Amino acid sequence: MLQSHQNPVYEFVHSSDQDAPTPVHHPVIIVGAGPVGMAAGLDAAKQGIAALILDDNNTVSIGSRAVCYAKRALEVLDRLGCGQRMVDKGITWNLGKVFFRDDQVYSFNLLPEADHERPAFINLQQYYLEEYMVDQINQQETVELRWKSRVTQVEEKANHVQIQVETPEGEYTLTCDYLLVGDGANSGIRKMMGLESSGQVFQDRFLIADVVMETDFPPERWFWFDPPFHKGGSTLLHRQADNVWRIDFQLGWDADPEEEKKPENVIPRLKAMLGEETEFELEWTSVYTFQCRRMEKFRHGRLLFIGDAAHQVSPFGARGANSGIQDTDNLLWKVKLVLDGKAPDTLLDSYDEERVYAADENLLNSTRSTDFITPKSPVSNTFRNATLLLAEEYPFARTLVNSGRLSLPSVYHSSSLNTADEDEFDSNMVPGTPSTDAPVNESDWFLRVIGNNRFNGLFFAEQDGTISEANRNLLTTLANSDDIAINILIVGLTADQTLPNGMVRLADNKGLLTERFDGKPGTFYLFRPDQHIAARWRALDQQKIAAALNRATGRS
Amino acid sequence: MIETQHLNVQPALKRPDDFYNALVDMHRDLSEEQSQLANAKLILLLANHIGDEATLEEALKIATEGLN
Repeated sequence: MLQSHQNPVYEFVHSSDQDAPTPVHHPVIIVGAGPVGMAAGLDAAKQGIAALILDDNNTVSIGSRAVCYAKRALEVLDRLGCGQRMVDKGITWNLGKVFFRDDQVYSFNLLPEADHERPAFINLQQYYLEEYMVDQINQQETVELRWKSRVTQVEEKANHVQIQVETPEGEYTLTCDYLLVGDGANSGIRKMMGLESSGQVFQDRFLIADVVMETDFPPERWFWFDPPFHKGGSTLLHRQADNVWRIDFQLGWDADPEEEKKPENVIPRLKAMLGEETEFELEWTSVYTFQCRRMEKFRHGRLLFIGDAAHQVSPFGARGANSGIQDTDNLLWKVKLVLDGKAPDTLLDSYDEERVYAADENLLNSTRSTDFITPKSPVSNTFRNATLLLAEEYPFARTLVNSGRLSLPSVYHSSSLNTADEDEFDSNMVPGTPSTDAPVNESDWFLRVIGNNRFNGLFFAEQDGTISEANRNLLTTLANSDDIAINILIVGLTADQTLPNGMVRLADNKGLLTERFDGKPGTFYLFRPDQHIAARWRALDQQKIAAALNRATGRS
Repeated sequence: MIETQHLNVQPALKRPDDFYNALVDMHRDLSEEQSQLANAKLILLLANHIGDEATLEEALKIATEGLN
């Protein structure tokens, strides 16, 4: 088969840890250098935590695997230093089309409101993301990635975790404060610890074929229910970088995976779909089954499970890698505060609380999509077809068609870290929500500005562009705290006003930041380091802000 | 019997015999499979027209009452 991409081979490198007379201690050790494990490592570096990533392999993803990266994941990757390369190399798409048998049923445009830096989605082969992450890790002094290093034993001690690492040069022992387990859907460590991930196995098989072709197909997501070229099944077409196209065929449970992925069996399917005259080359095939399941708890003492190791969804909706990257976005700032002694260890329980909630939302959505795409009973098949038949002409039915509800970040509505609203706002930026974006200053973006791994405070100045003496003093105190200093951003301050010490002026030239946050004069928003909103008020109140900060850090 | 708060279970059709006849008549020339599909479409159309989840939930409950 053709190879549009050569996987790099990373060498095992001897570590001085192997020669140490007593086990060397690392604050954070991460198991697994997939997208989620590496996101954890990069996030640790951003937070200022020394971290070590261990991976039993020596290369990036074999095959394209996770190809759809959603807006929120890209924003997190921006903070980790990989977002721009992803967007530059990836295929930006907004339009999705749905077909039933011979006809197009409808199309949808994912494009959200204008004036956000990142698009709704890009498609890019997983190996590129992993390569960009490896490059980024290699530029960090405080995070190290060791290949060919398999964790064979995990033992939780009173105040640390001890692990055994197997390498081509033999075994050695390490200790850490926290072990982040990102070793994938079939997590060896999860099994080793006797922990389960339970849920639903779907009795269906899907064939993935990556083909290289020069074509004028637009970069859109095309989804067919029961198409003439693949009767009885569904098919999905996505464009990736380098003229590689991802095609998924639903095969049914009785299909023989080994037979189905042979080129002589895949090529006729592709010809039926693409037409005899279309020239293409097959690059990669795989047959997969999937499960929708999660661990009961993502935190087990000093072990924190991230990504597919913690929760696994069907591929419909692109909720796997995207949600895994949001796991580490949620976790690492908390680990930092706990390691620094600024927050109690129980803050890490909120990782479990918030990300289990998110996982359940993802599981619900991906299970429902799967049920619509692959009906499991005659009656559900009838309703599915009735919906598709109506959808072509009757708009109401289009909302019922479910070819994947594409990944959106969870809003932690009921998180114990939120401070409930007590004022009225005409903005959906409620506590628990990941912040929206907006253009600020000269060609900068709000999410870039608050992508500084710190708590941020956004204050809207008085109508006349001033700020009262009392508010100035209060904000100065918050910005210069010895405890957890809040980076203060002020909108609407006239140029002649001097900026209080330790604060940043934000120009909202288009007025969109003010509009999206309903930023009436005096309004203050408190953002967590993962850019989720912790609290908001119509007026500054030092005690309330202190209480909200305590709440957001698990201190009260 | 299920008590309803949203769903009207009192007579509302002005000419009930006409409607019942039309409903059965809809299936006259349809195969079994087509009939199933027509029923499903009808349910989806009416559900959207009702447009109130609480009302629909009550109807769903009554529909399976005593069947399992």
